[in-house]
Amino acid sequence: MHTSLWLSLLLVIPLAGAALIVGLRASDHLARVIGITAAALELALTVVVALAYRASHTVGSGSTTTVFDFTYRKVLAPSLGVAYDVGVDGISLFLVALTALVILLALVGANESRRTPAFVAWLLVLMTATIGAFATRDMLSFFLFFELTLIPSYFLIAGWGGSQRAAAALKFFVYTLFGSGFLLVGMVYIAVRHQHVFGGDLTFAMSALKETPLSSGVATWIMIGFLIAFGIKSPIFPLHTWSPLAYAEAPIAGSMVLSALLAKLGTYGLLRFAVGLLPQSLDNVRPVVLTLAVIGILYGSGLAAVSKELKKVVAYSSMAQVGFIVLGIFAGSQIATSGAVLLMFNHGVITAGLFLLIGGIERRRGTSTISALSGLQGPAPVLAALFTVVMLASIGLPGLSGFVSELLVLLGSFNAHPWWAVVATTGVIFAALYLLWAYQRVFHGEATGENASIPDATTAERWVLAPIIVLVVVLGVYPAPLLNKINPSTHAIVSHSTPQGVSR
Amino acid sequence: MNSLAALIPLFPLIGFLLVLVLPKSTTREPVSGWIATTAVLASFLTTVISFVWLLGQTEREVTIHLFSWLSVGPLNVDAAFLLDPLSVTMCLFVSGISTLIHLYSIGYMHGEKDFKKFFLYLNLFVFSMLVLVLGNNLLVTFVGWEGVGVCSYWLVSYYFTKDSAASAGKKAFIYNRVGDVGLLLAMFLLFNHFGSLNYLTIIGLGSTVPLSSTVTLLIVLALMLAASGKSAQIPLFNWLPDAMEGPTPVSALIHAATMVTAGVYLLVRMSPVLAWSTSGRWVIAVIGGLTAFVAATVATSQKDIKKVLAFSTVSQIGYMILAVGTGAYSAAIFLMVSHAFFKALLFLGSGSVIHSLNGEQDLRKMGGLQKYLPLTFPTFLIGWLAIAGIPPFAGFWAKGDVLTNVYAFSKPLYVLGLFTAVLTAYYMSRLFVLTFRGDERFREVTEGHDPHESPWVMTVPLVILAVFSALGGLLDLPWAHSMSLAGFLDPVFESTVSPVLGSHLSEFVLAGADAAAGIIGLIIAFSLWKSTSPWPRFESSFFEKVWRWDDFYDFTIGRPLQRVAQFGSTTIEPKVLDGAVVATAVSVRKSAEGIRKIQSGFVRHYALVVVVGMMLVVLFLVARSW
Repeated sequence: MHTSLWLSLLLVIPLAGAALIVGLRASDHLARVIGITAAALELALTVVVALAYRASHTVGSGSTTTVFDFTYRKVLAPSLGVAYDVGVDGISLFLVALTALVILLALVGANESRRTPAFVAWLLVLMTATIGAFATRDMLSFFLFFELTLIPSYFLIAGWGGSQRAAAALKFFVYTLFGSGFLLVGMVYIAVRHQHVFGGDLTFAMSALKETPLSSGVATWIMIGFLIAFGIKSPIFPLHTWSPLAYAEAPIAGSMVLSALLAKLGTYGLLRFAVGLLPQSLDNVRPVVLTLAVIGILYGSGLAAVSKELKKVVAYSSMAQVGFIVLGIFAGSQIATSGAVLLMFNHGVITAGLFLLIGGIERRRGTSTISALSGLQGPAPVLAALFTVVMLASIGLPGLSGFVSELLVLLGSFNAHPWWAVVATTGVIFAALYLLWAYQRVFHGEATGENASIPDATTAERWVLAPIIVLVVVLGVYPAPLLNKINPSTHAIVSHSTPQGVSR
Repeated sequence: MNSLAALIPLFPLIGFLLVLVLPKSTTREPVSGWIATTAVLASFLTTVISFVWLLGQTEREVTIHLFSWLSVGPLNVDAAFLLDPLSVTMCLFVSGISTLIHLYSIGYMHGEKDFKKFFLYLNLFVFSMLVLVLGNNLLVTFVGWEGVGVCSYWLVSYYFTKDSAASAGKKAFIYNRVGDVGLLLAMFLLFNHFGSLNYLTIIGLGSTVPLSSTVTLLIVLALMLAASGKSAQIPLFNWLPDAMEGPTPVSALIHAATMVTAGVYLLVRMSPVLAWSTSGRWVIAVIGGLTAFVAATVATSQKDIKKVLAFSTVSQIGYMILAVGTGAYSAAIFLMVSHAFFKALLFLGSGSVIHSLNGEQDLRKMGGLQKYLPLTFPTFLIGWLAIAGIPPFAGFWAKGDVLTNVYAFSKPLYVLGLFTAVLTAYYMSRLFVLTFRGDERFREVTEGHDPHESPWVMTVPLVILAVFSALGGLLDLPWAHSMSLAGFLDPVFESTVSPVLGSHLSEFVLAGADAAAGIIGLIIAFSLWKSTSPWPRFESSFFEKVWRWDDFYDFTIGRPLQRVAQFGSTTIEPKVLDGAVVATAVSVRKSAEGIRKIQSGFVRHYALVVVVGMMLVVLFLVARSW
């Protein structure tokens, strides 16, 4: 068992950075230096945590094993159930690292020159909020951090977004907040019920809430609430309509954060709380959720294909990828669940890469509208090559990271629920279709007009993309370091949520 | 010693990385070409050593474990290779022909702007192809399977500024992806029932796992879908002719000799599984026979030299698939190897022709090239006779082997196969006559100059391939079966049965029929295409337009899908889904008309209201529980 100090540091560093920027009234340059330093420090720490993490400690009588490490719990207000609680397991571990990585890359590669200090500060606040939500074992803490992410994201979209930024930010905010209401009600119900049955102080500790006896009917109602809350965030069809607008209107850093990190809060919540706390309801909702996931894959792919704007292509593509994640989470198979967790990480890396590259195109051409672009591979072969690698990872080309996670999801869900898996498998055709078609229209053909004279990828751009390319290749060839740490945690959650234990 | 085989795919990977990372000054033309060629040659030599070593072994199934790739719960997949007679045979001709085509490309790609990138892709392709054939489980094979697919995509759209090339690359990838779904589903089904994706494990468990006939049929159909994508068979064959947009060495290597035969390899590798489903094998045989026939008819009416060869490839692979369906696996591999020699030869020869005519590919602008191309002409002649099935060249023996087995399997399929053999000889003779004989119709393209023969790097591969096309039959002479390719391969297929003929007499009669089919087709073509002014009207526009296959897909799948997606984007998304959200918001506002005054429009006020409301909910719940 490692000390929780590491995780506490992860929560403090970005906030301290933000406070420093505000307190010193930092200049643009100083703000960037502070922001990048804080994020780099944060990333280094998360790497240490990820390397040091060990699963499987036997607690108490030995009947329950926890897969959490770096844990600490201090109850602050016993009557209200408020506690400071940290800890990571194989499911949250890599999402914490992903958060640090994506925000660092956003700060380096998708900086905004207007009101830079505020931009950097908001990203740092967002970092603490997101890591806080991932690195806690307490549902109330999760909820607070989950809500806290809204404020910086709102201001990032509204402050640095495109022409429809105000509408996009408002829609994003209200939509998400609406969902949160259901989450709060459900969460409080379980906690109160737990206290009612077991007595003692009100608690939101997940290990306690998990044991709450709930009838399958009640559990199903709470589950529906959770599905709405997390389904909006993820987003799951048909709760996604805020997302294309928000992804397209946000600044590049905002789109990166929304799709790579905040969407993962949704899918993470589904796995941790919907599946983890309410196994009684799974049989009731599974057919519906799996169907929505599969519809999301096909519908997202279809709309990605006809989108006229590169950011929207990636936005709808993300929706399709989330469909795979949700399929994996609800399939009730350990293989699929591990695949879904890995896909959360891989998709985060890939989609951050795609948005960074789109940002590069926008900087050169002032737009990411497909019809305005053509033949970019001619003047910018390196940019095209970088885009190709990340795109192929997204398509799920074996040897690159996206494939491993997608395969695990499909293989695992096929074992448990073949028909949904078969339909979902056709999604791999459409992923190739919409991405290759977009690529063809943007990069192939003759470079016309201003497209002919754009500069190729700069050294700085290559360095920003380098970690993404490395992760995409290495995790495609050798995913074992991640999978070995993910597996015990997915085993724990799947064996808890399937009455007969893990069969597949 | 046995882990030496791991180097076989490693060399081209090293070549790829070298060309990728070495500074520009050291990898300009032709250095990058030589690095790439050397890498593949090293791979070929390693294969030869492995082959000789394997011949000396009694246990000819060697697994080379590299590392554990995927491990979750019951799923354990290793990155591992399987060296056995089948994989070493594949590696031999793949690396051998790849070496020759790399060498040829140094000459053919001379002066291209992206010379280095071409060899980058080509080395990566060879690496993927070798991983495909060496993989000891379906998933490693799948890595190579998609790897060759993406290299094919890059190389077909190599001239990416041309829209037709870019579209052709995309089309190839998408069609292959449809097939890939088949391979994925086959993997899922096999894993579901065997708990493993390892070839030897699945085959070893074989009959101990009871499977319903539906499941075995589904597995075989899924595998066939995979094969039809990669190997350009009905219903997914029509990407291959478009793929001719790529440079000609690519057509020779990827779209004739190696990648497109991967589907046949997969089926042959899974032959013990195919044996479980007779109905599945019938489907395979019929698809193969029909594809061979349909593609041959199309080839009779094409005017582009490479398109004729492309459809000819589809047709020849049809024969291989037909052989697989009948259970004649070593015959399928025999034809695959011989076809690799003569089709690579024909493509490289056509490349030499195209090179000499400044890039012209239209048969109507060729003719009479015989005397200008002193090396291309005789080598092409051998390739033509080989594919036409004229004894004693390779094609005669290989196709004869296939047709003999088909005869024992099904008489109607045999008749179809034999008729296709006549068509094959016909369209290839037409191609030959139009290119090398008759009037010189090329003066306009060469601007009056005489066409010139290609440099030595291009003609040496032609000569070597011509030798193999002439003598390839020696690999498997019917009367020396025990010392032959089939004798080497058969242990791999031991658990399956292939039909055997009754007597030697009937074998002679069948061989005579094969030879007659070839000669008849040849005579018809020579008599019909004697004169080309005016252009003879022996071409059918229905055949030329590939039986309207693309139009059919466009009408039944392409456009409806596009309409559905458009409907989603213009109606469902904004009006139905978002409409519902907006309607909810509006109705909330209307119902709140009375308290309108406290609506400030500031998000922070809304947030405050929501937070207060939530607290009330909490208080209510907390209070209720007390």
